[in-house]
Amino acid sequence: MSKVVFENLTKVYSNGFKAVHGINLEIEDGEFLVVIGPSGCAKSTTLRMLAGLESVTGGSISIGGKVVNSLPPKDRGIAMVFQNYALYPHMSVRENLGFGLKLAKVSKADIEKQVNEAAELLELTPLLDRLPRQLSGGQAQRVAVGRAIVKRPQVFLFDEPLSNLDAKLRASMRVRISDLHKTLKKTNRSATSVYVTHDQTEAMTMGDRICVMKDGHIMQVDTPANLYKYPKNLFVAGFIGAPEMNMVETRLDRTGEGKCHLALSSQMLGLPDEKLQRVLTNFTEDVVFGIRPEFIKLADENSPQDEIIKGTIVRMENMGAEFYVHFTVEDRELCTRVPSDVVEAKLLDSIGKEQRFHFEMSNAHIFDKKTEINISL
Amino acid sequence: MNKVFPNKAALSADLKNNPTLRAEIRKQRVGASIRYIILLFFGLVMLYPLFWMFSAAFKPNHEIFSSLSLWPKEFSLDGFINGWNTGTEYTFGRFFLNTLYYVVPKVILTVISSVIVAYGFARFDIPFKKFWFVTLVATILLPTSVLLIPQYLMFREMGMLDSYLPLYLPMAFATQGFFVFMLIQFLRGLPTDMEEAAQIDGCNSYQLLWYIVVPMLKPAIISVALFQFMWSVNDFLGPLIYISSVEKYPIALALKLSIDVTEGTQWNEILAMASIAIVPSIVVFLIAQNYFVEGISSGGVKG
Repeated sequence: MSKVVFENLTKVYSNGFKAVHGINLEIEDGEFLVVIGPSGCAKSTTLRMLAGLESVTGGSISIGGKVVNSLPPKDRGIAMVFQNYALYPHMSVRENLGFGLKLAKVSKADIEKQVNEAAELLELTPLLDRLPRQLSGGQAQRVAVGRAIVKRPQVFLFDEPLSNLDAKLRASMRVRISDLHKTLKKTNRSATSVYVTHDQTEAMTMGDRICVMKDGHIMQVDTPANLYKYPKNLFVAGFIGAPEMNMVETRLDRTGEGKCHLALSSQMLGLPDEKLQRVLTNFTEDVVFGIRPEFIKLADENSPQDEIIKGTIVRMENMGAEFYVHFTVEDRELCTRVPSDVVEAKLLDSIGKEQRFHFEMSNAHIFDKKTEINISL
Repeated sequence: MNKVFPNKAALSADLKNNPTLRAEIRKQRVGASIRYIILLFFGLVMLYPLFWMFSAAFKPNHEIFSSLSLWPKEFSLDGFINGWNTGTEYTFGRFFLNTLYYVVPKVILTVISSVIVAYGFARFDIPFKKFWFVTLVATILLPTSVLLIPQYLMFREMGMLDSYLPLYLPMAFATQGFFVFMLIQFLRGLPTDMEEAAQIDGCNSYQLLWYIVVPMLKPAIISVALFQFMWSVNDFLGPLIYISSVEKYPIALALKLSIDVTEGTQWNEILAMASIAIVPSIVVFLIAQNYFVEGISSGGVKG
């Protein structure tokens, strides 16, 4: 009903700068899609094109099966929440919420009813007669969300709505928006949402799916879990996850009997069979080896011999429940997460000392250095 | 500068024990006094003509040029009474009204047209926008007197002489580049998010202007209205050229009326009426001063 489809969407600015390079994307009805990427990756431009605030250079955008390229924003059935709230400073909260309906010539009684409904949903009722300058950041953002809800749009657009709030408020607003999305969906109201952010916590926790963008290209669209577990390329692997995935430029050695070894400096890592098959079909020598910190463990007697690497611990960061343990393998620095009790039992006073680490190779990734594509998927 | 000490005893004890602190405080006080004396002196020098005008309005005619004193020796209201009645068949009140007859439409037309043009410049893509903007700025630099003769001929052809139309009609076309420029600069300093939100809420360009831009522009609009009001009330050349019948004279021309070439000029009457003539400007300024200052300063800083 309110499915959003981008077909070969392109944006070229009047100064010749090509911001969006023909992207294709389908956002399902009722889906919460988070668009994430570093600044300048054209995620906001894409959103603004969907909103109708930015013209479309090529390709098409359709909402609910209708191409909206040349429709003005008000006829697209969208509502948008802006980063700096964009409340009308001279109108009370009530007027802010009802402004869209007033323009649509909805009767006064209906405006009143819908405004009160939205206010209740967002706990804004006691604030209805205040002016925007009398609101705190969190309240203002709630009004901005309310203004979107009142309009009952087909698609909600969020442009980094939480980045002006402090960390605590951001966490609670995150939950609130997620819950709101679920509530709207339950009551059978259209709730397709596109949420632009640069904060990966928001992306991971809120999105049904995440779309990772870079320089006007879509790098990968998938569920948060899949994005984390199976990054399609180097960029996604590095962008999602904190602390970052360990990445080491290295060499893939093909040995006899159809085996493969990954050279980490002078030490070798073997590849498990299921990875091996896939790597061999796309074989290349120059690769980037990637492994998330949680898949490096302290080695014990059960660790397979070809997954053990010796390293020197250089730094330990105490995060409370766990430690980030940084170690070097010859000149490469890597990081692992170790639970605090393990650190206390085994790693006290171990800085500068050598330690054996178990690399869980079934969870490792191997990227082609040239194309940056994950060849182990 | 003025340090607040919580405890006077502690302060005096501190001062006794600390000659450098004492010297420092004395130095600050002397410096402040000097600064205030200088400021006061120049302030008074600049205000003296105004004070002189007010006081001279209460003096009889023969005393005005014979003493520099601001305090009248003989207090007289004759200047006000005779001045108000004027030598013509009309009272000065008539001239006040005449002034309003063209100043009010002038202010209204200026505000409406300038806001619309500035909105266009600041928010829309117009072909050759840079060229038009430079042209606009160039008109600010053009001396008004250059236009006087062609404009006079034009209005004569249109049969508008001896009416107020030539004084305010041009304002309907945003002809005062300065105001347009001021509003453009102010608009450029305003974030466009609100307008985008309103666009999504369903505003077309005119609704956007009326519901969103005008309320945000309010300080700048008030500044424009104020400037236009004061400049128009004080304008002498415009009415002098286009208004010929006495019944239509505004204040600026009426003041000149009392300067009689043949008899001795009644200076006290002129000064009394001049004192009254500046009252509207001062009142309007005081009413709007908060917005006015805000409008000029934010227009400047953000632009």
